[in-house]
Amino acid sequence: MSLQSPLSKVLGRGSAKNGVGHWWAQRVTASALILLTGWFVIELLTLPGLDYGSVAAWVHAPLSAVLLSLLVGTLVYHSQLGVQVVVEDYVASKGVKVLTMLVVNFVHVLLGALGVFAVLRVAFGAAV
Amino acid sequence: MAQFRLPENSKIRPGKTYKAAADAKDVRSFRIYRFDPESGATPSVDTYEVDMGKCGPMVLDALIKIKNEIDPTLTFRRSCREGICGSCAMNIDGVNTLACTRASSEVKGDVKIYPLPHMPVIKDLVPDLTNFYAQYASVKPWLQTRTPAPPDSERLQSKEDQEKIDRPSACILCACCSTSCPSYWWNSDRYLGPAALLAAHRWIIDTRDEATGERLDALEDPFRLYRCHTIMNCAEACPKDLNPAKAIADIKKMIAERQH
Repeated sequence: MSLQSPLSKVLGRGSAKNGVGHWWAQRVTASALILLTGWFVIELLTLPGLDYGSVAAWVHAPLSAVLLSLLVGTLVYHSQLGVQVVVEDYVASKGVKVLTMLVVNFVHVLLGALGVFAVLRVAFGAAV
Repeated sequence: MAQFRLPENSKIRPGKTYKAAADAKDVRSFRIYRFDPESGATPSVDTYEVDMGKCGPMVLDALIKIKNEIDPTLTFRRSCREGICGSCAMNIDGVNTLACTRASSEVKGDVKIYPLPHMPVIKDLVPDLTNFYAQYASVKPWLQTRTPAPPDSERLQSKEDQEKIDRPSACILCACCSTSCPSYWWNSDRYLGPAALLAAHRWIIDTRDEATGERLDALEDPFRLYRCHTIMNCAEACPKDLNPAKAIADIKKMIAERQH
């Protein structure tokens, strides 16, 4: 049984003095994704063909490679921010929460690195 | 994990039915959540048939009639019966509202009445609001200043500035909003909830207050404030037509703006 006052429980360890960074980053990445996915869809629709040759030729262009890498990076960052909120919402137990966040962050960074590497590999003309 | 299933001691069993008198003309069934902590039994839903020809129009009228004439053990909070005290907040026909301002005729079919969702139940329709009130107290809902008050008058405020706080000052702390919020259901131990945040906002935008920065500091927290995911149930539920969701969005905006 706890004799701690209700107010003391609510006040807890005080404010974490953050949250606005996360909130702002979520909105900045969302805005960036609107532009980047718009560009990506238009580019795909206007490609002469969707075979490896035509797509590789498109990715060879510096602007395409840079924007594709940014798209992958922004997507992964935005997803990480979102999944973090879901974990904080639903995983109450401290230990499980920290562990889940670690796995979530590792997976997102790994996916981002793989994605950017894939784009660069095609862009720099690796052997088929 | 967040708890999605009812705990064993909250599973609802079928309850008793209290039939209306044989000569009753306009009979309506009120299906009401019952829980008595002293009985050791799990909660039940009892059915009370009420003769609406001899009952006032509001759900609270029916509850009082049931308590007076059918079953005196039925327990609920009520006081002003005109929507200003916030005591009779409960879940009626799946919506958090005040029993005194919701007409029985607004509900189709049986009138189903439960306590405010996801709160510990003390008895029947009476939830434990201790944490809710502590959260309200935690935002320091009073004027904080450093400038001493004028010796011969009150602190002045323009008409426009007063109008900004007229609406949120109408909050009656009935808890309809907070207990309708899924984010509050999962994390009410750390998320302050729409009611407390609406009150915090009311003092943040009060031009006479001199603790705006400290108030924003205290709210800038991933759980206290940013658990709001703009679900908007709070604005939907509020029996006073207030908009806590908008107040919360404004707090987030103010915290973001002071950074740049």
